[in-house]
Amino acid sequence: MAEETTAAGDGKEYGVLAQFADPEKLMHACAKVRDMGFSMWDAHTPFPIHGLDKAMGLKRSWVSAFVLVMGLSGAAIGMLMQWWVAENAYPLVISGKPFFSWPAFIPITFECGVLGGASGAILGLLIMGRLPRHHHALFNSERFKQVTDDAFFISIEAGDPEYDSAQTPRFLEEIGASHVEPVPV
Amino acid sequence: MEHDISLPSREISLPESWKRLPVVAGIVGVLALAASYFLAGGDSKQFAFSYLTGFYYWLTLALGGLFFVVLHYLARSGWSVVVRRLAEHVMGTLPVFILLFIPVYFGMHDLYHWTHAEAVAADPLLQHKEPYLNETFFLIRAAIYLLVWTGLALYFWRSSARQDSDGDLAITKRLQTRSAPAMVLFGVTITFAAFDWVMSLEPHWFSTIFGVYVFAGCVVAIFSFLILLVLRLKAGGALEIVVTWEHFHDMGKLLFGFVVFWAYIGFSQFMLIWYANIPEETFWFEMRWHDPAWRNVSIFLAAGHFVAPFFFLISQPVKRNRVTLTIAAVWMLFMHYVDIYWLVMPTHHHGEFHPSLVDFTCWLGVGGIVLAVLGRLMQRGSLVPIKDPRLGESLAFENP
Repeated sequence: MAEETTAAGDGKEYGVLAQFADPEKLMHACAKVRDMGFSMWDAHTPFPIHGLDKAMGLKRSWVSAFVLVMGLSGAAIGMLMQWWVAENAYPLVISGKPFFSWPAFIPITFECGVLGGASGAILGLLIMGRLPRHHHALFNSERFKQVTDDAFFISIEAGDPEYDSAQTPRFLEEIGASHVEPVPV
Repeated sequence: MEHDISLPSREISLPESWKRLPVVAGIVGVLALAASYFLAGGDSKQFAFSYLTGFYYWLTLALGGLFFVVLHYLARSGWSVVVRRLAEHVMGTLPVFILLFIPVYFGMHDLYHWTHAEAVAADPLLQHKEPYLNETFFLIRAAIYLLVWTGLALYFWRSSARQDSDGDLAITKRLQTRSAPAMVLFGVTITFAAFDWVMSLEPHWFSTIFGVYVFAGCVVAIFSFLILLVLRLKAGGALEIVVTWEHFHDMGKLLFGFVVFWAYIGFSQFMLIWYANIPEETFWFEMRWHDPAWRNVSIFLAAGHFVAPFFFLISQPVKRNRVTLTIAAVWMLFMHYVDIYWLVMPTHHHGEFHPSLVDFTCWLGVGGIVLAVLGRLMQRGSLVPIKDPRLGESLAFENP
């Protein structure tokens, strides 16, 4: 806490936080923020809102491609592992079949593929969300705590090239924010 | 209330050019069947096997339609309301399979080895199976399957059509309740019909998963067919705003899912038999592997029904593009034929590969008749269940 107070005292800002009354106002505002050309900003809601990604102009996440690569790698590693065990490390004759009897290895290959894909989905999600982390500047805002309950927010970071500490809060008010406040680092 | 949704009539009525479908398809069907009869000449065995392949191809498609409709009510689906009527029409062709079964009945002795008394007398295994595999019981069962499908198809088709005029919510509720026993009936009949009509071609062979394998093919067929049907109707000017790329995307995802399911079931069946290595089970695969031509068909089936469509359909843009989705749907309908051919035909020449023109004309003949009935059904009422309580939800559907 002490650190945060000093940081806030330094006058360094993380950005600006704007609250909106309902999902429709938020959606409308997101489209406006998108059209202004902001890049370092986000919308925060207590539940998923249909079409918000379009209003925000979000591009398709690369997580699915990551999942494919991880899944195929998992399957390949699963098959290679079994090949290595059966052919090199510990060859055993099982019911008179060749050492490398690939049909028998398919179930484990499949499961390794699923494991790789699922891990890929979780890893991709964590990487994209830059998680886990101990703290986020937005938590400095007392008001922001309502985001898990019934409040809708847009935050714009000070690092955004379009950001202006005087203009941006006014802009947010113009596009329908019910409350705008600066967020200290 | 969502009951008040009104759609432009151009959207929900059959395009003018489609009104010729029943006549054109009917003529093609009858001519093709007649041609099959003459092409086969005196070879009644060739005709019987080719006919069974064609018959089973279109039957599995119609059963896929029944599955789609019953599942829709069972899961209380919202997204699929806009394409359900078309699936209902595909399902609505099931009664005609009672007539289409007649050639199978006359071909019984050509098709099924176990119908010959002298073969049974010389074969202890067949004697053992006689309480199940005998002509009388076979025909009784066939009658049960066909009547159950006809009954389910007519019941669901008529109830849904009635809702178009009176908008009665109770119909949806009743169909939801009855979809559960309907699904059980569907599962039992499709399994035993597969055992009787296709698995018993090799009466020594048995695989308990066989019905599930056939079912997987049914679902692949119906989603491919629905995708094509809607795309063609859109090209004719109907369903332009009603069916969106969100719906195609979902049908594409389900098609992809069942392509994988088919491979999962097919491989499960293969692996257990391969692993146990018992001659009375392995010979069925040996018949599809020993002859190099059949081996190529087997490899082509695995590659074309699973590997290629898996990598083709996996990415999202492919499922949301008219050209790529059309390619996938046409390809899967073709591969479904290869699958049925692979199931039925090896018995004909005892594991030798001899394709015949009759195979094609029978497929075309049965298909012509089925499409004629489908075209006739599509002329009745609107192309969309206009008073379904979930129509609004379906119209507004978007993929998350």
